[in-house]
Amino acid sequence: MKINFSNKKITGMLSVLPSNEVMFEDEMHNYSFSEAKSLKLKTAMGFKSKRIVAEDTTTSFDMAVAGFDYLFDNNLLVKNSIDAVLFISQSPEYIMPPTSNLIHGKYELDERVVCLDINQGCAGFIIGLQQAFMLLDNDGINKVVLCNADVLSPKVSKFDRNSNPLIGDAAAITIIENTSENTSIVGEIRMNGSGAMALNVPAGGARMPITAETSELYEDSFGNKRSKNHLVMQGDNVFNFVQTKVPEQINKILENSNDTVESIDYFLFHQPNRFMLQKLADKLGVSRDKLPSNVVENFGNSSGVTIPVVTTFNLGEQLENSEMNVCFSGFGVGLTWGTIIMKIGNLDFCKLIYK
Amino acid sequence: MKSKIIDIINGIRPEFDFGSETNFISQGMLDSFDLITLVTELDESFGISIDGTDILPENFETLEAIEALIKKNGAE
Repeated sequence: MKINFSNKKITGMLSVLPSNEVMFEDEMHNYSFSEAKSLKLKTAMGFKSKRIVAEDTTTSFDMAVAGFDYLFDNNLLVKNSIDAVLFISQSPEYIMPPTSNLIHGKYELDERVVCLDINQGCAGFIIGLQQAFMLLDNDGINKVVLCNADVLSPKVSKFDRNSNPLIGDAAAITIIENTSENTSIVGEIRMNGSGAMALNVPAGGARMPITAETSELYEDSFGNKRSKNHLVMQGDNVFNFVQTKVPEQINKILENSNDTVESIDYFLFHQPNRFMLQKLADKLGVSRDKLPSNVVENFGNSSGVTIPVVTTFNLGEQLENSEMNVCFSGFGVGLTWGTIIMKIGNLDFCKLIYK
Repeated sequence: MKSKIIDIINGIRPEFDFGSETNFISQGMLDSFDLITLVTELDESFGISIDGTDILPENFETLEAIEALIKKNGAE
């Protein structure tokens, strides 16, 4: 699906990270690796520390609420100005009702405010932006609040070296509005459902409800221990998909627009791990400085929230005071991959806070 | 080039003798995490960046395959 919008812009971005920090070395003994091998992997992948909720009872809704409270308390967002709330997550509060409706209820938003939940992962920020732009094309919708939030750390086995070292929790709130400025927003979203199970949590849905049996740990051929309630990641397949499809998509969008690799100030990508991102930068012919890959080492991979996190962490102050031409790209669960090239800047706020 | 590759790969999995073995991946001598470390160290040692689409098991099965991969990605 091609993305082509104008007269819309991002006016604010806030990331919310858990205050609880876990160091890679603290969990290294859980993995079936020698210490020397773990430390080599730490360097290549960029494992250092991650931010995860301290209690399993803290949810993505709680993280989102911390963000909304901050914005309302600091007069950065006015309740009556909101026309729509999008909540994008793989860890909703309940199967029903939608988490966006719970946010609507908590803040007693007006009945005219539209709420929409979308189940999306690593490309969740791109999907959310695209949905926000479409909503803004409707009469009476001038401000959309996009909330990306995921608390997936309880869904990861502590004994799974494939995923535990890199998974983090976070929420982000992005404000998208109509503008009289003639902005240009171009991009594309693509999907390949035949690879849907490359990243999956087998139990917990209707197909395989959680039982005592699904909660039992089993060991895979590499010595990782996880249960069927935990995230399973076919890392090799995901890596190859990303290295093939993402550069292809970005080069095509650049070719069809007036942009080049040089005219993009920053490539703000989903943050799976440093190795994968540096390989993408090299493939695209982009300086590694223009494609930041420091989120996993500082916070962990929070799925659809990592693009706001990489943006607020690296460019927060700059984006409050100047404008840049950026390329957002998200890729993973689904399999889904999407890219948007747009200008962003002079934001009302671009901050990162801790809950 | 081959001796340099052997030094690097032996440093990653010292319990195996890569100089006299083949089928590194199918024999389980190298797993996907070893490949990440290996590619990182080969990139640094040979001053190259192995293309992400070339990081496939078949390119790491033998010393000859690894040598061909390094040459394909620009090393002399």
